[in-house]
Parts: sequence; C-alpha cells; structure tokens
Amino acid sequence: MNDNSQLKSVLEKGDFAVTAECGPPKGADPGVVLKKAEILKGKVDALNVTDNQTAIVRMSSLAACSLLKTAGLDPVLQMVVRDRNRIALQSDILGASALGIRNVLCLSGDHQIFGNQPQALGVFDLDSIQFVQAVKAMRDEGVILGGETLTSPPNLFIGAAANPFADPLEFRVVRLAKKIEAGAGFIQTQCIYNLDRFETWLNMAVDKGLTEKTFILGGVTPLKSPGMAKYMKNRVSGMDIPDDIIKRMEGVPKDKQREEGIRICVETILRLKEMPGVKGVHIMAIEWEDAVGEIVEKAGLLPRPVFS
Amino acid sequence: MITAEQKPIDEIREMIAPYKKILALGCGSCVAECASGGEKETGMLASALRMAAKMNGEDVRISEMTIDRQCVNEFVIQLDDVIDQYDAILSLGCGAGVQAVADMFPEVPVIPALNTEFMGETKGQGLWVESCLGCGDCMLYDFAGVCPLARCSKHLLNGPCGGSVDGKCEVNPEVPCAWQLIIDRLSKFGALDRLEKIYPPKDWSKKQGAGPRKIVREDQQR
Repeated sequence: MNDNSQLKSVLEKGDFAVTAECGPPKGADPGVVLKKAEILKGKVDALNVTDNQTAIVRMSSLAACSLLKTAGLDPVLQMVVRDRNRIALQSDILGASALGIRNVLCLSGDHQIFGNQPQALGVFDLDSIQFVQAVKAMRDEGVILGGETLTSPPNLFIGAAANPFADPLEFRVVRLAKKIEAGAGFIQTQCIYNLDRFETWLNMAVDKGLTEKTFILGGVTPLKSPGMAKYMKNRVSGMDIPDDIIKRMEGVPKDKQREEGIRICVETILRLKEMPGVKGVHIMAIEWEDAVGEIVEKAGLLPRPVFS
Repeated sequence: MITAEQKPIDEIREMIAPYKKILALGCGSCVAECASGGEKETGMLASALRMAAKMNGEDVRISEMTIDRQCVNEFVIQLDDVIDQYDAILSLGCGAGVQAVADMFPEVPVIPALNTEFMGETKGQGLWVESCLGCGDCMLYDFAGVCPLARCSKHLLNGPCGGSVDGKCEVNPEVPCAWQLIIDRLSKFGALDRLEKIYPPKDWSKKQGAGPRKIVREDQQR
C-alpha cells in the first residue's frame, strides 16, 4: 500500500469505487477490528470506521483506523462533531494523518440522547460543514482555525455525508453544494432503498453541476429481515424504506430473508452503477461484514483495482 | 424571561432541615410569570412546608415574603429590616436571585427552592419554551428570527441535519426542526439565498470566554 488514499486513486481513475463500514467493538480487543479487516481485505477500496455511532461508547475510530492501516487496508476515519470541540478535532486530524490515515468523513453525529450516555454534554462546537472547511484549510493552506500556520499540513481525502431522504428535499441539494464548497471531495449518502427519491435528488445535484465537483458514493445496507426494515423505517431518523421493500422481505421464508436482503442490495447497486453522477457505493452491512464480499461479487465489482 | 421549576418538596425539606426560622422569599418577576416563584407559589410552598413540619412534629417557623426582583440590589435591600428574625432564607428566585440575596447577606444561608431552566417564552397556558442561549452575538437577523443555537438540538449554523423529517427534529418528534422553521421564514421573505453561504464557526468566547460575563456601562454609572 502506498502513502496515498486508495479511495481517491480509484475514484480519480474513474473506477466505480467500493467502500464498506467497520463498526469498532464495545471493548478494547484489537482482534475484533483485525478480523473484520481480514474479511473485507481485497473486497473494498476503503473501509469506514464509525465514530461512536448512535452515541454508544466504542473503541475510538482513530485507534481502529490505525489498526486497519497496519492490516493493509485504506481506512476512512469517521469523525463526529458531537463529542469534541475544535481544539480536539483539529488535533485528531493531525494525529490521523501522522498515523498514515488518508481519508476522513466529517459528520455531525447522532444526538447523544439516542445512545448509552444520554447525560453527556453534546459539544457541537463546529458543525459538519465548518469541520470540512477547517480540515480543507489545514490541508491546502496549512493553517488551523484562526489562521495560525502548521509546521506540516495533514494529507487527507475529505468526505462528508448527505441524506437525500431528509427534508426539505430542495434544501438537501443546497446543503450538498455547501459541503462541496467547504471542501468535500467525496460524499457518502444515507442508505438508499427509495431509488426514485434518490434519483430526484441526484438529478437536482446533476443540474447544479455538483456531481462534477465531488465523487458521490451511494449508501446501501443489506436487510437481514422484515423486522430490521420496519425498525429502520420507524425508528432510525431520516431513513426512507418504501413499503414494497418491506413486503418483498416479508414475502420470502425466514431462512431465505438474508438472501433476499442481499439480492435487493445487489439490485440497488446495479441501478446506482447506471446513474450518471454516482461514482461508487458505500456498503453498510451492520454487524454483517461477511455479506460484503458476496454483494460486491454479485454486483460484478471484483476484483478491486490495485495501484503500484 | 428566565424560567424555573420548583424542586421536589422532599429535596427542599432536606435542605432546610437544620433551620428553625425560615423566610420563604418569592420573586415577582420572571419566576412569577412562569408560575414557579411568585407570591402565589411562595404562599403555597410555605403552607406545604408548614404542614409537613407539623405532621412530623417539627418545631419550625416558616414565614413568607415576596419582593419585586431578587436579582436587583435595590429590591433585595428591603430584607434589611426583617433578616435578623431568620436563620435561613428559602429563595424562590432564579439562580441569579439566590446569589444576589446571598451576596447581600453573607451571614445567612440562602437555599434554592427552584431549578432554574432557561431563557424562553410563554407559549400558552402552562407552556414555556427555550428560545435564547444568551450567546452574546445575536444572529437572529441571519436566521429570520429563529435561533438555531437555542432551538436546533445540534446547534447547527449550517443545517438542517439528516434527521429533519416532516418538519420535526430527530431528537423528539414533538419538537419542530428549527431549520425547517428558518427555511420556511426565509423563503417567505425571499431571502433563502442567505443560507447558501457557509456560516463560520461561532465565536463562543463571547459566551464563555473568561469566566462569568459582565456588562459595564459607564454612561449608566455616573
């Protein structure tokens, strides 16, 4: 592995990129992270590590990214602004770069009320767009917020998230434009089940020329059961799962539901591949890393490109 | 207004337990408006405490008095004539009121009877909502009179986040998404383009830069 972002290389070369997600353990065992690395190596270009997702305390994203790096993967460091102020965020950006991490995904983060520390103070000193802008200035101008110069700038491919399914729809594209203007070189979207709504959003982005200014990776999550689909639809904010998807999951016997979930996921990826403006896919197989290899293979995305 | 709610009576009884002569001190301003520490509430709390003391056979004298503003020395000074009769004051003022009284009478314990909540508005009968953080640098012009710092759960200056659905906040579906309100209002004024620029990080030094804040107005001091 060279010293550049594998993800960036793949996208710039024009290949359809594949990223997946690795949730760190609720514990200190590095073996859990390394096992996920082993499962996913060669199947994806880069691997996102979530940052205390749903506000539940887990191994730090930075540490888990470092473990993935040593295992030969290209980690995407997810960082939320919920838990750290601008001093800590900028400091961790420098640390991440020093550890050889080459991708960062700047996020707001799930509100602390949803997790296992609801009494925590939500920091939100910066918002995700301001964070993107700060990292870009660190990288491109070598300055931190306030204008002081760094002795050496971080080397990071900067990403942000977009949720085409949240409201108001028209403003979703304005916000995408702001993220790109702030410096987001790639965008990973919320899980796509409602392809019509996604296309509406995407076409608005295409019309504004935004898909020429950043790389958009469509998010997908394979469903394990109709119960999971209903839970996500009703309980996970900003998630849009059409009823026909739920009916499809309900229409197969229990022992075939996971297969059906993978089939839906592969179909979605094949549709995304045809959409101008979509440059890759981000597979969030929640605690189901084994599914990723099968999905990638069935979607005709193997082998992944290798750079010398 | 500053809003507050009364503490549970057991917590109050525990705090006043060491004292025999107590003045329940109401405040006629904000906490009267939000029905937690005005003359009426002070009377009710004092009665409840007297009754509880009587039922438990405690020898306690609890008097009551309400002044217009506990947070202004000119009003607090009225206590000068009566303070000697008490060995503790139970203040139904906000946190500022409690401290102003304590500051003027350093020898007397001042006990808070309320939990001070937020700066907000009376929205209806028995309904108060938070609407200002007191950030020291008002941005309400930019956001059409809706404060994203006070009313967005993530204090976003470049919202809305991905959790805004049907105009509601992901944190609580009963809470309107502040950013939906901002977008709706700005579009009414034809000023939606204001949101196309990236708002820079907030200067929090104006809120909590160097300890408690102070306003000095020399023109008012002459």
